[in-house]
Amino acid sequence: MRILFHIGRYFQLMGEVFGRPERLGVYWRRIIEEIDLLGVKSLGIVAMLSAFMGAVIALQTKSNINSPLISDTLVGFATRQSTILEFSPTIIALILAGKVGSTVAAEIGSMRVKEQIDALDIMGVNSAGYLILPKVIAAVLIFPFLIIMSMFLSVFGGYLIVAATGIISTSAYQTGIRMDFMPFSITYALIKTEVFAFIITTVSGYHGYYTQGGTREVGISSTTAVVYSIVAIIISNFVLTKLLLA
Amino acid sequence: MIEVKGLSKRFGSTQVLTDISAVFKPGMINQVIGKSGSGKSVLAKCIVGLHVPEEGEVLYDGRSFHHLEKDEKRQVRQEIGMLFQGSALFDSLTVIENVMFPLRMFGVMEPGAMRERAELCLQRVSIEPEKNKLFPSEISGGMQKRVGIARAIAMQPKYLLCDEPNSGLDPQTSIVIDQLIAELTEEYGITTIVITHDMNSVMETGDNIIFIHEGRKHWQGGREELLHTDNPELSAFVYASGLMKRVKKAMGG
Ligand SMILES: Nc1ncnc2c1ncn2[C@@H]1O[C@H](COP(=O)(O)OP(=O)(O)OP(=O)(O)O)[C@@H](O)[C@H]1O
Ligand SMILES: [Mg+2]
Repeated sequence: MRILFHIGRYFQLMGEVFGRPERLGVYWRRIIEEIDLLGVKSLGIVAMLSAFMGAVIALQTKSNINSPLISDTLVGFATRQSTILEFSPTIIALILAGKVGSTVAAEIGSMRVKEQIDALDIMGVNSAGYLILPKVIAAVLIFPFLIIMSMFLSVFGGYLIVAATGIISTSAYQTGIRMDFMPFSITYALIKTEVFAFIITTVSGYHGYYTQGGTREVGISSTTAVVYSIVAIIISNFVLTKLLLA
Repeated sequence: MIEVKGLSKRFGSTQVLTDISAVFKPGMINQVIGKSGSGKSVLAKCIVGLHVPEEGEVLYDGRSFHHLEKDEKRQVRQEIGMLFQGSALFDSLTVIENVMFPLRMFGVMEPGAMRERAELCLQRVSIEPEKNKLFPSEISGGMQKRVGIARAIAMQPKYLLCDEPNSGLDPQTSIVIDQLIAELTEEYGITTIVITHDMNSVMETGDNIIFIHEGRKHWQGGREELLHTDNPELSAFVYASGLMKRVKKAMGG
């Protein structure tokens, strides 16, 4: 029953977030700040993880090919496919749920316990909209760039490990990554990314906004925000895959 | 003028406020006093509409707040300034940005004029201009309260609510803050409600005092009458400290 209560209150909050916007000029500055905080500050970790991920996929694929009948181009092909379809959009979204989700929930949660949200409400500001909407817009704008970058770096990571270890020839890898390319797979990945960006910011915003108590509870909301975001991402990933690819 | 009529509030099964009625007049310091946990903050939050009471109403110059339309509520809120128990300044904004915040959200001023207005408010609460660019975490608690007051008066409010404006401050700074609030109230004819459990500030600035005990209004009057009360709960509250007991003795009581 607890979950139904949360779902109801979540949608009610979303009504407020998207209900009555404050002045555009005010939002503009907040969106820029959030793009920096949520997007630019995640570049490093996303870049590093992606390159390593690509390298691991390439190594794993090669070490699992036993039959001489399977061409080495499969290594490049498999790296590209798993990167675009799942690793970049989903795994990176899970990483971002940890990084961005906890930041968002902790920031909004500490504003709640320090009565700063009450202060906004008293002034007549739509506090839910003012705090959460810029984060949602920022994430929806910047996450696709992070994911596209992640895709390139992952495939490039595979290339580097192939070049460094010589497990297959670099030309076979290059042929592999160009094989049977379906542009729709990129669209599919970006649709997922936008949904995940929305989930991470709104679910974490929700948990921060309804924090009750003191600093200890801020920590708890921040953890809960990450857990709920991850669960929501995994479930919606399944639903989207079924809808878009099946 | 703010009128509270038959206000009751409970959380779940705990009744916090029971049938409170009071009138808060403009141009003077209206104080709500009572022990910790008596429901003062809840009353303040009901008055400004952060809590919705189960029964009763709050009238802002005749406008019943909880019955207003959303836009009208917003209108009234822009006429209310509030100073929170913990100042509630925005951490990510500098001192001057905090004061400019309500102007930026609702004002119709040019950016230059907004800055001027904010500087004026900060000057009024005696914050030196070189502090304007600091963040709230970089100034002392007393200064935070003053910046909180500056932010509360930025929009030239008709109503000002202060929840324990001098909690956590030394007695000297407390009196400075109390007097500042009293001056502003008189200067602009604001309807000011100060929540406090500090007898010093009651004796210093309380004009119209309301005593709350276990969620009920037990007493209302001026500070002179307060000293001669025969209400047992109020008497226990007023003469809790050794200092006040000595005052009583000196008065021959
Ligand atoms: N949001 C809430 N949910 C449930 N109970 C609450 C809530 N807020 C306050 N209470 C209860 O209402 C009672 C009055 O609290 P309130 O904060 O008004 O006290 P107070 O008079 O302001 O005390 P203090 O002087 O310590 O600030 C307390 O028993 C508190 O537990
Ligand atoms: Mg209180």
